[in-house]
Amino acid sequence: MKSTELLRPDAGGLYCAAGKFWIDPLKPVARAIITHAHADHARSGSKGYHTAVENLPVLAARIGAGAPHHGHEWGRPFELGNTRVTMYPAGHIFGSSWVRIESDDATWGVSGDFKRAPDPTCAPFEPAPVDVWLTECTFGLPVYRWPTPGRVIDEVHQWWLDCRRANRPAVLFCYALGKAQRILAELAGRTDELVWMHGAMRPLVDAYREAGIGMLPTRMVSEADKGEKFGGQLILAPPSAAGSTWMRRFPKHSSGFVSGWMRIRGNRRRRGYDRGFVMSDHADWPALVDTVADMHASRVITIHGNGDALAGYLQSRGLAAESWNLRATLSERSDTSAAGRA
Amino acid sequence: MKSFVELYEALDRTTKTNAKISALVGYFREAEPTDAAWAVYFLTGQRLKRLVGTRELREWTGEFSGLPAWLVEDSYEHVGDLAETMALLAPEPETGRHPEPVDLPPLHQMVEQHIRPLGKMTDEQRRAAVFEQWRLLPGTARFLYNKMITGALRVGVSKRLVTRSLAELAGIDPGLAAHRLMGDWQPTAENFRRLLAAEGEGGHDHATPYPFFLASPLEIEPESLGPAADWRAEWKWDGIRAQLIRRAGQTILWSRGEERLDGRFPEIEEAAANLPDGTVIDGEIMAWRDDEKNSSKDDRPLPFSVLQTRIGRKKPGKKTLDAAPVVLLAFDLLELEGRDLRNRNLRQRLKMLSGVIDSTGAAIRASEPVPFERWDALPALRASSRERGVEGLMLKRADSSYQVGRKRGDWWKWKVDPYTFDGVLLYAQPGHGRRSGLFTDYTFAVHSGNDLVPVAKAYSGLKQAEIDELDRWIRSNTRERFGPVRSVEPLHVFELAFEGIARSGRHKSGIALRFPRIHRWRRDLGVADADRLADLERLLGVDQEGAVGNRNSKNGPNQEEHEEHEGKTDAEHGS
Repeated sequence: MKSTELLRPDAGGLYCAAGKFWIDPLKPVARAIITHAHADHARSGSKGYHTAVENLPVLAARIGAGAPHHGHEWGRPFELGNTRVTMYPAGHIFGSSWVRIESDDATWGVSGDFKRAPDPTCAPFEPAPVDVWLTECTFGLPVYRWPTPGRVIDEVHQWWLDCRRANRPAVLFCYALGKAQRILAELAGRTDELVWMHGAMRPLVDAYREAGIGMLPTRMVSEADKGEKFGGQLILAPPSAAGSTWMRRFPKHSSGFVSGWMRIRGNRRRRGYDRGFVMSDHADWPALVDTVADMHASRVITIHGNGDALAGYLQSRGLAAESWNLRATLSERSDTSAAGRA
Repeated sequence: MKSFVELYEALDRTTKTNAKISALVGYFREAEPTDAAWAVYFLTGQRLKRLVGTRELREWTGEFSGLPAWLVEDSYEHVGDLAETMALLAPEPETGRHPEPVDLPPLHQMVEQHIRPLGKMTDEQRRAAVFEQWRLLPGTARFLYNKMITGALRVGVSKRLVTRSLAELAGIDPGLAAHRLMGDWQPTAENFRRLLAAEGEGGHDHATPYPFFLASPLEIEPESLGPAADWRAEWKWDGIRAQLIRRAGQTILWSRGEERLDGRFPEIEEAAANLPDGTVIDGEIMAWRDDEKNSSKDDRPLPFSVLQTRIGRKKPGKKTLDAAPVVLLAFDLLELEGRDLRNRNLRQRLKMLSGVIDSTGAAIRASEPVPFERWDALPALRASSRERGVEGLMLKRADSSYQVGRKRGDWWKWKVDPYTFDGVLLYAQPGHGRRSGLFTDYTFAVHSGNDLVPVAKAYSGLKQAEIDELDRWIRSNTRERFGPVRSVEPLHVFELAFEGIARSGRHKSGIALRFPRIHRWRRDLGVADADRLADLERLLGVDQEGAVGNRNSKNGPNQEEHEEHEGKTDAEHGS
């Protein structure tokens, strides 16, 4: 790392000395810019938060509103220290942004998490030129190429119909923030039936509804009648519910998991899901590579995920590329379990 | 091939046995016999000769996808399955939101016209032929094609499941379906029709073996099996389970993995020459030397590692035959004068067996019973297993029929407890299949002077939660990388079990362990508490295999020995 870098890894995120702020820090700091509200990007305890206006309600639902939250319009620059900062939509989940930082020397972009595939619950990723592009790399191998989301939703819907014919509950595991709402919104184009959900999803689904995003009607499983067997019903649950006693409510169920990880057969078989649906809120390999070109970056730094392969590939195509490990700035016992989020 | 692709997807989309069986029955009912025969062939685990090497497939995948070789390797390491990696890496034929159904050839045509001919092509022709299929085939079909050209098609369906499905469809006993599928089953339409024929019809090729009856491990005290007088005890031999068939003037020897062993054990075939037609014997092939010069007649089996020198030899020479003589220890008679005896009781079968053995040469002999009157005599006998060179005891109900497969109740194996040692985790590499992308293949070391020397590789024995935890630890505590292998800080100690030990010139430690596996994670132990190489070497004196190491070194090392030795699979294995 050069000493003149605009950003450097710190506190589990990135620190900008010129602007005296951190991006997505995992430890409490004086001033944090938050790209989106997932727990590996947004943590409570900092003295002040800057984020996109759209992200304010979701962020509050996740970390509370104890410290001041400053909302910024996408595409409208604001000054922090000696830098000009602009938030742009990242297309990852509702309210998610990437961050563009201009200083006298250079312009850097930090992706947060992003995707390029269409998603009815959030504004699409908006590229803007940067000198240095810090890109997430959750799915940083060319085996990760996503099918068209519409086709995947057709598969999910067909599976639900198959379960209905067999009078079995269809338990669909998905992350509680982002993926669950995306599925509810996408399915709204196929049906208008009620979907059951795990209680953990309630506040986030509510936040999306209040933001005006159209989704299928939902009810919590805890509100169901005692004798309800859920035959032919669709139930959304967070992955942590798999194997728990809560699952006893769904006798003879078929299980599915919606995640980019399901692209690999072994991942699905290991977890014992009947069905894997390949739909992710992250960029796949082609999108990671194409976005580098869209940003006109001459230098790329991979963050979040296994970035060595992408960095190596970009180098082989003549770009300056390297991999930064943001987690290494946390305590010695680093947490490597972040691979789960997709 | 379209319906075969759909069958695969149906099988792959459920973890439930009943759903798999219903998918199989549906497929076999509808499919053309020419195609269904190939489906049976692949799903029961039979494989074509490897038509495309893995190195070629990697190179071609890079070429076809336009990715550098190292990135193909990284991807393969991540996915853990080469056929799948290729299918994921290469761009698929263009399909829109509602793809036109691709015209796939029928399965038999795919195999006979597009896959088998690969074997006779030049490298360049083969490459062109494979690329053409890659360009034509969509997702799952391409994955299955890759599987078929590289060998086995493992799709989470056991042979037993296929057998049950065929039996259900044909309305016959699953044992009969299993019998019809035994041996070198050829995927023809005629053979498929015979699989589904009614009982009493269909018939068998004269070389077809009977399904083996397999013992289950005894997990309770033998006393709870009932009166001792109802049971017969035998030694559990440490050899190769085999079925000897004498029919139509021919001798055919099958391993338990349904491989024909013809020609490999000429002394047994010679001894079988006088058997009457229509005789089938179940037994164990053992390395065995009758020391006639020694008047004490020390009738001891030779260790498995001696037998190992014979397994790979299709036509053993005189030197090999002298160094590693074998016998068939017969313990059951399945057919006499062409009559199936499997429903007779064990007492009757053994009585007939002893009559049959009188007409054979010395290389076929009876596996004598271990006499006992009370259950409490058995633990001491079992404890003497190692010095006798056997694996433990077999307990068989005296009035039991000869059943199909691993049926619990009448045949038990009561093996001697394994050896154990405490080893330090030193290296790890990613596993395959279900364990792909996880570090699950471990190398363990023991102390030798100030060093740690690797002594065992093990893949099994940990719970999934432990595997996950260890995987995370390995990723964040990697010291060095050697290709897919990572070295880690020596910190974690594990108790490992193994079945035998032999000297080895090929291993740095000087020893080779047989069938090592993880017993448990010893979180209570530090690296200093792990065992020393000397502790293991001491076992060389006790365990029979030790003596063998010496013998082998006189005859010159057999390069294959240890790999095969460790690779003795359950399928070949006795009982």
